[in-house]
Amino acid sequence: MRFSTLQGLLALLAVVLLATGCATPKPYDYSAYKQSRPKSVLILPPLNSSPEVKASYGMLAQLSHPLGEAGYYVYPVAVVDETFRQNGLSAAGDIHALPVAKLHDIFGADAALYVEVKKYGATYTVFDSAVTVAADARLVDLRSGQLLWNGSAMASSAEQNNSNNGGLVGMLVTAVVKQIVHSLSDDSYQYAGIASQRLLTPRPNGLLYGPRSPRYGLDDAPAQ
Amino acid sequence: MTIRRLTLSALLLAAGLSGCAGQQAKPLYHWGVYQPQVYEYFKGDGASHEAQIAALEADVQQARAKDEPLPPGYHAHLGLLYSHTGKLDQVKQEFTTEKTLYPESSAFMDFLLRNFKN
Repeated sequence: MRFSTLQGLLALLAVVLLATGCATPKPYDYSAYKQSRPKSVLILPPLNSSPEVKASYGMLAQLSHPLGEAGYYVYPVAVVDETFRQNGLSAAGDIHALPVAKLHDIFGADAALYVEVKKYGATYTVFDSAVTVAADARLVDLRSGQLLWNGSAMASSAEQNNSNNGGLVGMLVTAVVKQIVHSLSDDSYQYAGIASQRLLTPRPNGLLYGPRSPRYGLDDAPAQ
Repeated sequence: MTIRRLTLSALLLAAGLSGCAGQQAKPLYHWGVYQPQVYEYFKGDGASHEAQIAALEADVQQARAKDEPLPPGYHAHLGLLYSHTGKLDQVKQEFTTEKTLYPESSAFMDFLLRNFKN
């Protein structure tokens, strides 16, 4: 009886540790990031290496929220996209290849976020179907061209069948989202939202808080 | 509408929880319909530009009533929508508001305002 209580407590502790994500092994090298201190971020239309044509826009429409809440000025993604189009640039690949100095001249942004969507949409197996969205991101200083941060994230409807995948956060989110998602036709867009939150919300080895956040400059301070 | 709200709550919950105990008590901005409307714009097969403007303008009132600031890009996006309906005075007004609220956008808003004068 006692033993099982202890086991229960340990299991709970494990879940809590997983959920808070505080136990990160390799700390990210933030020296370039901290020196650059970007205030504004230009999100470029994402590259898409998934077969789903809606992936780039679905992702692009979800990235502003976490980045804005992190404390950065986020350029209006549709206005930026339209500006590229009016200048003959409609392919994300061409936009990603532009010299950083050019981007800095037109937009005046301190940094740009280069995103590549790796997975977007449903995969079917004999037993199940799952909606998965996965993406990589690089934050690049537009004055120097230097890489400030990179990371990746994923969100999948398969998480709810595999309860330790993503910890408590994953379970809570998928529990809520599962109910909603099945009544919507555009599941992938919803998972793109979760993937975006995971990708860009400041956390250990994630983005740092920006100047419009009350936590700006406190990334290293112990959380309370 | 309710579905959208629920989704947003789920996302905000995720954002708060994943912050390694550094949860923000309150979001910085009233995001409201901004991102769903941006998606609507990108899809280009649903609501008209007028309907998108109406949704965003209604949300401006909501934000004002709650005294919550609108997020970066919100007014600029409204400006873009007005440009499709030929309301150039409103285009200028929205781009200028974006610039006033977020001086970080000055270079880009000036670039856009120059282009719309022609």
